[in-house]
Amino acid sequence: MKHEIPMLDQLESGPWPSFVSDLKQEAERRAKNPDNIEYQIPVDVVEDILGVLELSFKHGRTHWKHGGIVGVFGYGGGVIGRYCDQPEMFPGVAHFHTMRIAQPGGKFYTTEHLRRITDLWDFRGSGITNMHGSTGDIIFLGTTTKQLEEIFYELTHNIGQDLGGSGSNLRTPADCIGQARCEYACYDTQDLCYDLTMEYQDELHRPAFPYKFKFKFDGCPNGCVASIARADMSFIGTWKDDIKIDQEAVQAYIGGEFVPNAGAHSGRDWGAFDIQKEVIDLCPTECMWMDGKELKIDNRECTRCMHCINVMPRALRIGDERGLSIFAGAKAPILDGAQLGSLIVPFIKAEAPYTEIKENVIEPIWDWWMEEGKNRERLGELMKRQGLQKLLEMANFEPDPRMVQEPRTNPYIFWKEEEVEGGWERDINEFRKHHQR
Amino acid sequence: MAFISSGYNPDKPMEDRITDIGPRKYDEFYPPVIAKNKGTWLYHEYLQPGVFVHVAESGDEVYTVRCGGARLMSVTHIREICEIADKHCGGYLRFTTRNNIEFMVDGKDKVQPLIDDLESRKFDAGSFKFPIGGTGAGISNIVHTQGWLHCHTPATDASGPVKAVMDVLFDEFKNHRMPAHVRVSLACCLNMCGAVHCSDIAILGYHRKPPLLDHEYLDKMCEIPLAIASCPTAAIKPSKVELPDGKKVNSVAINNDRCMFCGNCYTMCPSLPLADTEGDGIVLMAGGKVSNRVSAPKFSKVVVAFIPNEAPRWPTTCDVIQKMVEVYAGEARKYERLGEWAERIGWERFFEKCELEFTHHLIDDFRDPAYYTWRQTSQFKF
Repeated sequence: MKHEIPMLDQLESGPWPSFVSDLKQEAERRAKNPDNIEYQIPVDVVEDILGVLELSFKHGRTHWKHGGIVGVFGYGGGVIGRYCDQPEMFPGVAHFHTMRIAQPGGKFYTTEHLRRITDLWDFRGSGITNMHGSTGDIIFLGTTTKQLEEIFYELTHNIGQDLGGSGSNLRTPADCIGQARCEYACYDTQDLCYDLTMEYQDELHRPAFPYKFKFKFDGCPNGCVASIARADMSFIGTWKDDIKIDQEAVQAYIGGEFVPNAGAHSGRDWGAFDIQKEVIDLCPTECMWMDGKELKIDNRECTRCMHCINVMPRALRIGDERGLSIFAGAKAPILDGAQLGSLIVPFIKAEAPYTEIKENVIEPIWDWWMEEGKNRERLGELMKRQGLQKLLEMANFEPDPRMVQEPRTNPYIFWKEEEVEGGWERDINEFRKHHQR
Repeated sequence: MAFISSGYNPDKPMEDRITDIGPRKYDEFYPPVIAKNKGTWLYHEYLQPGVFVHVAESGDEVYTVRCGGARLMSVTHIREICEIADKHCGGYLRFTTRNNIEFMVDGKDKVQPLIDDLESRKFDAGSFKFPIGGTGAGISNIVHTQGWLHCHTPATDASGPVKAVMDVLFDEFKNHRMPAHVRVSLACCLNMCGAVHCSDIAILGYHRKPPLLDHEYLDKMCEIPLAIASCPTAAIKPSKVELPDGKKVNSVAINNDRCMFCGNCYTMCPSLPLADTEGDGIVLMAGGKVSNRVSAPKFSKVVVAFIPNEAPRWPTTCDVIQKMVEVYAGEARKYERLGEWAERIGWERFFEKCELEFTHHLIDDFRDPAYYTWRQTSQFKF
């Protein structure tokens, strides 16, 4: 090893997988090069990653410079320029750009595909990745400027694979596992995610937005990809009709034949399953009760929180009239505080080719945001600045009490002139005939 | 290290160029049992922490073994994952949103050999390569950001504190003994590319010193109006500065009292760095959730205003998290998330029980939402 890394060495102990051990094994393999790879970036790149990270541990400060505009021809995203601020000490990572590689839906892979990606990155990059980045992409951590086009060429020509998004564009959409392996999924998250990703490739690769824009797809209100917290437009599966009940299975839960919550509480003795306490009393709308041996649900009052279904997945199933709700404006705190997505479409069908979702929801909202959004203003911030009403007006949505938690508590309504009889042009002299000065 | 061309011709970048092909289509990579039974799954069940079965209408079953992973991963490690998937899973695997690796098999008899294989694999220094767990009412893997490893704005590291915290929470990763699942997330600055603001426990890197001013270069490297406009509290104004050599340059001045240390100016202007050894550290937040289950999604709340960066193992951060988890596990009701529990007992009780000091830093004073977090009722606890 080129560098002493006493602090990082301490992160090799303990049971959780040690990234330090992994980086060390990679550094060692590159040094030995048993497969005779003609490495296209410095062989000691991983040793220098460890070295620069150790220096940050010592200083309590990062040693990466601010940005740098690099990319592949014709794209405005997918590559993030990165340079080390101590290039003489760590020449292997002096130029160390990130590439975002669009991940497949549900993050399913064949080993054949994964190996091809891996081999490419071993040959032309640092061999260090994130599986996966926070937005969802595969992250290639660190290569030189010269390799960017080479990697892109090989990705597109040999692996049939594109870059993801970065900058002020559509970020790589991400989905939950959905119908592929989950009985709760109310629509095909992977298909909608893929369809929109392909439809909006231009928006993904060529920044034309005020700021970043994220789509995320949750198959049900459990929200495993956290779309409501982090997607500018969040798609959450739901249903309109009745929860399907298998009364025999309900009895099997009551009788202890089936373990509640699919066995998720198996590590502790919580006592015998009590349907009243664990299901009925926790229902947020109090729309469930036992009628003798029958579980009853007043479905019209149900808000589909998923709790009862989660606790008794073998007895209760999502309804059949399925679709999704759309929420807009979620974002992290920068700048004006964190926002969760606000409901803008209570229910819409999610059936290919998803024309209504694209033409009646996404595109009018994008048009508004691109027209009115300030530089680096997320959709949620524009919504706060101009109001939810404005979004509804621009997208031509009917207001619906479902869109609010409660009506406004102030009367400061911005009446429009056409809403008020007689309009706003009046004759002061006519008024004064009846009201002296 | 001879340069080897991919076939790309820099003189004719558009020649044979392929663009806008997107990711590979999801269904190319489905294991056969998934492809066959998609959309017809009936139910699932955990056989043990980290191991679960899904049963389809056809009667087919898919068994999944979930393993924790450091999301920072070498190609050597990925190749080992591929080797395991080839050996046990017909060459298929998947990753989860929380950086876990899932190996799937289509028969119960294939589960134990897979578990045995995964558990036998350790790095030379002793840590598990593929710890099994991360399911149900336990603590799953931490989603996190890049930190000092690769980012220019962090106020803390990511992989380091994550490794340290997961070592401490390891038993809970491998168990189902929490009242409900506990989601821990880390973002190394408040840009939050990890969006940790709705987590049961959020570890957030934060700066506490206003930016340094690199006057000599500022006007050359930045658009001054953009830097000024980037400040949410209007703390930045234009200024003329005389350098030691007598040269006058355009720059900015900062009203330090108004700075909220968000770093947005640094994002717009590299001549305004905030990073500082003593100034930077960790904010701990708690009680958020994204699920709509029982209660609505909610934000995490700041419960510790600042913990210094204690590399390499962040002991104070680990201790506070461990304490919160222990108290929550001991006190919350079955199915109750950390935030639901805190709201039921009251945040004043939460601080008491978790032995956390309540300081003025924890009272919101940022714009309109602040008012809605103050108490406007005579109902509170002594």
